[in-house]
Amino acid sequence: MKGSLLIRGGRVIDPASRLDAKADLYIKDGRIEAVQQGGGLAVPEGTASFDASGLVVSPGFVDLHAHLREPGQEHKETIATGTRAAAKGGFTTVCAMPNTVPAQDSRSTIEFVQSRAADTGAVRVLVVSAVSKGRAGKELVEMAELAKLGVVGYSDDGSPVGDAQMMRHALAFSRMLGLPIMDHCEDTALCHGGVMNEGRVATRLGLRGMPVAGEETMVARNLILSKLTGGHVHICHLSAAGSVEQVRRAKAQGIRVTAEATPHHLTLTDELVTAGAMYDTNTKVNPPLRTAADVEAVLQGLREGVIEAIATDHAPHAAEDKLCEYDQAAFGISGFETAMGSLLSLVHTGKLTFPVLIERLTLGPARIIAREKDGIGALRPGAPGDVAVTDPDLSWTVDAKAFLSKGKNSPLNGKTLKGKVVATVYGGALIYQEQRQATTRGR
Amino acid sequence: MTSTKPAGQQASRQAAKAALPPRKHVLDLDDFSPEEISQILGTADVLSEVLSRPISKVPTLRGKTVLTFFLEPSTRTRASFERAAKALSADTINLSGTESSAKKGESLIDTARTMQAMGADIIIMRHSMSGAPYLLAQHTNLSVINAGDGWHAHPSQALLDLYTIREKFKKIAGLKVVIVGDVLHSRVARSNIWGLRKMGADVVLSSPPTLLPEEVLEAYAGELPGRLMTEPNLDAAVEGADVVMALRIQKERLAADGAMNLRDYILAYQVNEERMHRAKPTAMLMHPGPMNEGVEVSHVLAYSDRSLIETQVKNGVAVRMALLYRLVGASEVSA
Repeated sequence: MKGSLLIRGGRVIDPASRLDAKADLYIKDGRIEAVQQGGGLAVPEGTASFDASGLVVSPGFVDLHAHLREPGQEHKETIATGTRAAAKGGFTTVCAMPNTVPAQDSRSTIEFVQSRAADTGAVRVLVVSAVSKGRAGKELVEMAELAKLGVVGYSDDGSPVGDAQMMRHALAFSRMLGLPIMDHCEDTALCHGGVMNEGRVATRLGLRGMPVAGEETMVARNLILSKLTGGHVHICHLSAAGSVEQVRRAKAQGIRVTAEATPHHLTLTDELVTAGAMYDTNTKVNPPLRTAADVEAVLQGLREGVIEAIATDHAPHAAEDKLCEYDQAAFGISGFETAMGSLLSLVHTGKLTFPVLIERLTLGPARIIAREKDGIGALRPGAPGDVAVTDPDLSWTVDAKAFLSKGKNSPLNGKTLKGKVVATVYGGALIYQEQRQATTRGR
Repeated sequence: MTSTKPAGQQASRQAAKAALPPRKHVLDLDDFSPEEISQILGTADVLSEVLSRPISKVPTLRGKTVLTFFLEPSTRTRASFERAAKALSADTINLSGTESSAKKGESLIDTARTMQAMGADIIIMRHSMSGAPYLLAQHTNLSVINAGDGWHAHPSQALLDLYTIREKFKKIAGLKVVIVGDVLHSRVARSNIWGLRKMGADVVLSSPPTLLPEEVLEAYAGELPGRLMTEPNLDAAVEGADVVMALRIQKERLAADGAMNLRDYILAYQVNEERMHRAKPTAMLMHPGPMNEGVEVSHVLAYSDRSLIETQVKNGVAVRMALLYRLVGASEVSA
């Protein structure tokens, strides 16, 4: 039966319905039909089934921040390869950031991406429009026209919206349209030429640093402008303790702000630049990996709900973009396929509960782009049949060469992680399933 | 070959022959033990004698090919290494940034692998970007000597500085060495911090706040014989100093980064006769060169008998011979 599947006996975690129990899940014709606690759900004869005993069943993950590189940089990634990598990571909805070549800033480019996603995408691709034409920071895109095409937000990601007046106008318009401005918060003068976090490790290595103040000053500006306009500002890939504190206070004041954090900013520190291979360019990411104190603050923000979403900032690059001097290497980590494995370290060490982790990967991001009303990020009846099945105890060693993404740029290559997405269902179809014989289970 | 060797050189020869694990690369001094540094200085003592001979050449590296690969302008370091390699009878190839295929888009690794395929054994590399020598060490089979990478390290300079200090003061441990100037951008300072402290000297960094990384003490924390301190007031820093080491200032960088007005810098941080009076009567001036006369150092002081600047250059060749010897691990120096 096409688009129909019974997932039996798993621990079902669905924050949208506050469910965390052993249950059966039935998807019919591509949509969630029923969830029955305790199991024993009766389904039509001939329905395909998946045994999820010992596994965690959740809504498919929603990624607010991914770089699929098409159009223009297909040697780094395509919508086809990127969405297959996303599926392997348990993501069934990904938001494509607009720093493509040309940028996603017009009807033609956005329709192109939507069309390619429909033709070649393995999972749902939602499009984020640029804020300014060509992401050049000079002229706003046709925000209302693009909203009608279904864009889920606006961002000049890769760069901040540097001009405060432009940001003010963008926020004012976005309020009218009900969509967020998703800003890469970086004061480019403070961070000019920086390649890693400014601090002890950068001093030791003689690398130009990017101070936390470079992020914090832009977060502060955006919060002030959000307060002024009433527009929804979304802080992308928040990385600094001071930024978390600002967002916390702003929320208390009723400012319309949301925030995301990446798996790497929740689990890795700038010490990694000297660990293993010195000057490992796979650790080069923007914003940079910060200190343990920043990581702890970001994690605390995530626990509290100051940060509502985990986003991968999946940024695949070709080998030659990383096999070079640290200063010259491209920023970015190929993140889809290691996200859950690295995040589960937080659950295993008691720093985060499984339900909160799932919430920040599903309902939290869906709300930010106002798609929870469509059932995205939830398992309630009528919602899309998008499911991630995770084995929390599966030990595996990251082999970047085996990534489905074209981007093999991972600082976790060779590291052993505990926990992995073992199956992904999109619209009721099993689109990814782990080859179990290649791995080992055990606590 | 025969020569008359002073007793000090006999001791140095013994130190040079002490067994240490083999070393493939010289990337910074952070992974050198005090014993290894002592051994290299001792080897330099022995090899410096070679340089004073009428035919200043020994066959230690005969059959070896040493490539100097300088992607950033340099005169003295490159010439010094080349002289050292030739004094050890190595074949030398010089490749500079303007000549290399880097200009045509070839990657650093490709260029180095090409040199490896042509039979190079040791690559001596200067690069404007920190960490570049590590890239070659990781992706080729060559022995790599870092001849200066970005802001990060300049180990042969630090070793020749240690050699010069030891030669002048007959010791390093217990001395107070003040490093003055643009610490933020200085690979010389970074390597000297390691080398001096490992050999027991106390290091005081004196720098405008905009040119001194805030986390510098944290960055170099650790149990080493010598201490590391900061003192932004140069007059206070040089009190009782044995050595004042001035760093090169890039005048254009001062303005571009807005780090400090040049005139203010000269007033507050130029090492001159008046300031040297605050140091010990025996205190000496050092500078890695090239020097901006009248900026970081006064002209009169630079050419006075309190200056070791020319001695540093002279000692550089013997120290670099010792480094090459250390990498190749020849069974004996035919001296």
